[in-house]
Formats: sequence, structure tokens, C-alpha cells
Amino acid sequence: MSAPNPFGESPRGNVEPILNEVMHALDRLLDDGEATVIDLGRLPFGPGEIEELEGQLGTGEIKARLDALGASRIRETIYPGVWWLDHYNTAGELAGRYIEITRVPDILTSQEADIAAGRARLHELISRSEETALQ
Amino acid sequence: MKQKPTLGEVLQAKGVSRRGFLKYCAATASLLALPPAMVPRIAQALEAARRPSVIWLSFQECTGCTESLTRSSSPTLEGLIFDSISLDYHHTLQAASGEAAEAARHAAMEENRGNYLVLVDGSIPLGNPGFSTIAGISNVDMLTETVADAAAVVAIGSCAAFGGIPGANPNPTGAVSVSDLVTDKPVVNVPGCPPIPTVITAVLTQFLTFGQLPDLDHYGRPRAFYGQTIHDRCYRRPFYEQGRFAETFDDEGARKGWCLYKLGCKGPITYNACATVKWNQGTSFPIESGHPCLGCSEPDFWDDGGFYRPVSTARIGGGAAFGTAVAAGAAIGVAAAAMSRRRQQKTIKEG
Repeated sequence: MSAPNPFGESPRGNVEPILNEVMHALDRLLDDGEATVIDLGRLPFGPGEIEELEGQLGTGEIKARLDALGASRIRETIYPGVWWLDHYNTAGELAGRYIEITRVPDILTSQEADIAAGRARLHELISRSEETALQ
Repeated sequence: MKQKPTLGEVLQAKGVSRRGFLKYCAATASLLALPPAMVPRIAQALEAARRPSVIWLSFQECTGCTESLTRSSSPTLEGLIFDSISLDYHHTLQAASGEAAEAARHAAMEENRGNYLVLVDGSIPLGNPGFSTIAGISNVDMLTETVADAAAVVAIGSCAAFGGIPGANPNPTGAVSVSDLVTDKPVVNVPGCPPIPTVITAVLTQFLTFGQLPDLDHYGRPRAFYGQTIHDRCYRRPFYEQGRFAETFDDEGARKGWCLYKLGCKGPITYNACATVKWNQGTSFPIESGHPCLGCSEPDFWDDGGFYRPVSTARIGGGAAFGTAVAAGAAIGVAAAAMSRRRQQKTIKEG
């Protein structure tokens, strides 16, 4: 049985303001290219509110899973440019929950340091293959 | 002294990708109640941060604070211990005991003179040194010796911060708080019975990230977590404003999730982050589970007139009629909320 809704038949307290915040963030993204991150972990959600917010935003065309220091579930909502991110730690516990209003969340793009490390690994692989071929 | 590796070096050695590191930094920003825009600065600071040495002293306590920390979710305890801090002494968690344990404490103090953190849970008995000893050393002697060269002290839990339950009337052991004894070092109070685990880790992470302690309120508590009352952030607050209260634990009001003020909720006078950070990996907090806030992060909460009496009656010794108490309680609640708002505004201005 779900916990009682403290707002009875009226709208819940947090969902509507956050949807408004998302809308204004979309304005900024379209007008100025400015990205926004909303940290949901610091808001006083009542029982069922986070699920309602998640349901209102829905699931859009892109879903991604990131495996880095625990899993992350990242998806674009039905509103393009509005992304829902759940970060879990290595114990599988929720470590952070965010709404990002951006074209692509930064964490999905390949990072300079990782690209450089990958190039070094690839270079080493090629060098070893060449050495093997010469033997 | 061998220099400790930076956190960036530790993570790199473990094969943690930049994405993983950024994720860690995002969680850290959230933990410290900092805006997400701070993530790049946190990443820069954490990469260069070296693991601080931490000495944890447990005095007159129930181990509930350690239990709380070991259930901390972000960062995980193992992450905290092995990546972020060097926990050099904790007589409950460490394998060494007796002389070997005390030698580890002395070695950590010597190697990290002036730079280590001392965490304390439990109050310190002054009535008789023999009331509580570790390895034959009285609590007050161990505290005095250990903090002498510390960078700062963190009092974990209401016992260390305010004397807590051991200090409750009639205080048979003469229990005092850490800040009663340590007056020449920065002392951060992280009260609660126990404190929220993420708040404990946040204080350590703040020190690790920025090399400084967080902004504190007049009780020495980090403002980021103790800047607002439970009542301010309670999702049941609308019912309080509407005058809809649960009268008993099994009436219609209780079932509908109405305000628990009449059942003794101390939310209006209790500064803590339970309503937002929550417990058990963010599952809920006492009020969400149908129980009033006990006010455990405030001084002398144990002697504050009764857990199940409204704030008004509890504060005047329970002599008032219940009906009068509710009316007075609502007034006090509104006044407390107004005071809290004024305090927040002051905090914002000062900040």
C-alpha cells in the first residue's frame, strides 16, 4: 500500500514548480544555449512525488547506461533536451538524481583524459602486434 | 614522511575513468549542498587532494554513530576509507587492539602533526576518570593528548556535541561535550542520535575537497545541513497550516498523513536535514514513517519535557491542558517558523 498523499485531491507540492523550472530552463537553452542542472536530491519530496515527476516527464527516444564507479541510468524524457539521470554507487545505492536541461549531458560525451588514455592503450596494442609480426 | 597520494592518483591507479570521477564529483556537490555548477571546481580540487589522516575516538557512546557511518551511501564507506581518508585509528573498526592500536594512534599523530582530523563520538565523563577508559587511559586524557596537534575536531553525534544521553539529568558521570573541553581548535558539531550518515561524510568531504571546514551556526553545526528546521522542509507542513493534526497514532489523521504536531513532533524547533537528505539511502525519515521528530539534534533533547507532548506543553513542564496546548502550539509553531525564516534570511545575507 502506498503512503498517503498529504495533499489529498490537490496537486502535489513539488511536481508543478519543478516542471515550471524545467520549462524556464528550456527557454534559456533555446535562447542562450545555457544548460541547467536540477539536483533532485536536495528537495523535500513527499511519498510518491518523485515517481509522479518521473511519470510526468516520461521516457523519450534515448536511453543510456553508464558503468563507471557504479551504474548510471540516463534517458532523455519525452521533452527533447530534458534528461533524467540516476547515478548509483558501487554498492548499487542511489548516489545522485538530477534533471539536466541540455543537448547532451556532459557525462555522456567522451572525456579528454579518457580519450588520451585510450589512445595510449591502442598505441601499445599496435606496437605489440608489430613486434609479434617481426618475430 | 612519505607523501600520501592524491585522490586523483588513487583513482587513476584503480582504473577509474574520467566519467566515473565526474560522477563522484557530482555526488560530492550534491552531498555538500553545492550547486551542480561547482562540479568542475570540485573535480579540480579533489584531483589534487591528499588523503587526510583521521583519528576516531569513541567515548561514552552506544556505537550508533559508527553504525550510522558504516551505512553511509555516497560515497560508500569503503570508498571513504580507502580513497578519501586514511582512517588510522578507530578502536571498533580496526583490527589492532591494545598497545598496537595505541601505537597506531601515536604514529598517525606524529606523521601528520598539525594536519590530521580527530573525530569523536560520545561524551567525556569528568565525574571520575575511571567511568570510561580505553587502554587504561581516561577519555579526557586521550582527548587532550590527541587533539593537541590536530587540524580540527569533529564531534559526531549529540553525545559528543552536547553531552547527549550520558549528560541527561541527573548526569551521573559528569558528562561534557567535546567543545566544553576543546577550546583552542576548530570544533564542528554534527549532532543527531545518530547523525545522518551523509552529513558525517559531507563534513569530511568538505575538508578533503577545499581544505577547510564548513560554515557553522551558533551551535557549531554545518549550516548546509542544520540551517533549516525539519518543519520548514516537512512535506506534511501544509496540514499544519490547515490545522489538520493526527490526534493519536491510529486515528484518521494519522492514516491520512496529517501533521504530527499534537503527537509531540519537535520538527518546529529542530534544525536538521532529515526531511531532505532522509535516511536509509534516501528512503524516508521518521515523520514520513508516521512518527514525530524527537528533536535529537538539539541540545538536551532527552530532558526537553517528553517525546510525545506537543512542543508547547513539553516546554512548560506538561502542566497545560491539552486543548490549550494545541492552540498555543500552533502559535509557537508559526512563531518558530517565522524565527527560522528570519534566521535563514540572516544566514543568506551573511553568506
